[in-house]
Amino acid sequence: MFLAATVALLATMALILGRAILGPTVFDRLQAANSIGTCAMLFLAVLGFLNGRPEFLDLAIIYGLLNVIGTVAVLRYFRGGSLVDPAGDRGEGQ
Amino acid sequence: MFYAASAGLALYAFWLLLSGHFEAFLLSAGAASALAVAWLSHRMDLIDREGHPVHLGPRALLYWPWLLAEIVRSAWDVSRIIVHPRLPISPTLVRFRPSQRTDLGRVILANSITLTPGTITIEASAEEFLVHALTEAGADALATGDMDRRVTGFEGSP
Amino acid sequence: MTAFLDALSWVFLASGGLFCVIGAVGLLRMPDIYTRVHAASVLDTLGAGLILLGLLLQAGLGLVAAKLLVIGLLIFFASPTATHALAKAAWTHGLEPMATSRRSRP
Repeated sequence: MFLAATVALLATMALILGRAILGPTVFDRLQAANSIGTCAMLFLAVLGFLNGRPEFLDLAIIYGLLNVIGTVAVLRYFRGGSLVDPAGDRGEGQ
Repeated sequence: MFYAASAGLALYAFWLLLSGHFEAFLLSAGAASALAVAWLSHRMDLIDREGHPVHLGPRALLYWPWLLAEIVRSAWDVSRIIVHPRLPISPTLVRFRPSQRTDLGRVILANSITLTPGTITIEASAEEFLVHALTEAGADALATGDMDRRVTGFEGSP
Repeated sequence: MTAFLDALSWVFLASGGLFCVIGAVGLLRMPDIYTRVHAASVLDTLGAGLILLGLLLQAGLGLVAAKLLVIGLLIFFASPTATHALAKAAWTHGLEPMATSRRSRP
């Protein structure tokens, strides 16, 4: 039964990959990347149970943390053109 | 100080969870790391009533089950819309004024709205919230202000 | 009792996978970025929640269950933040949602 969940998650990721390829804006692709990250996290968790190796859950936790940080970092980059430049906040309210 | 102590305890619990080994060396190393991080963030003024809101704990037990039920119901609605052959969506923008008194309360409201499928917060400020709803029915449900009132009760006195 | 819990966790796993696929289909079918975000949040909440619940029933009490709970809390707190950041960035960038605007409770 874990196999069924694994296959469903793989199908989900394949479908979302289609959205990432189609775009059309960078935000669509980012949303796709974020969703694939969530799926990968669940996939790691289910795979750990499928193989009887619950250590995979640690990887899933780290993956989830990196997923959120990565999305916000890329958004900051597109907003201000830089990861650290506080001038990026000038784009407010345009 | 109370908030720093509780943050330190939470960090230690996370350490124990990730390590899974209960030997003297690892236990004391974890305690040392948790203490160091709690002390450093106390010095940096990162932990306060807002950054680590444990005082909301008891009331969260009342609010979260309601939020979970809300999430399940609207997720079901959105799934039905997605598999519907004609895709019956009517996207609506709603602006309203939040009734919370603190930033923390407004963050809770914005996150609750976004977590519920069918509504996302686009802009959140003390004067005005801008929310995108997938259907007009969802926008109407939001406009009754039920969630807003519950979050204000959850937030308590500032 | 064990057989019952097993069956229940299978139901959760299967329906969680189904909701994940539904979310992905929505991501493909919806017409613009703001509506696609709604579809993705079905995947984030119900899909992820049901799969984690199914795994939780299989894990029993212990460290594994605690880790699954941490993953669930992580999604619960972090995914709306990322979603809001995305929607706000799209709005600031000037992408117009296809929507009728209105003001309520002035």
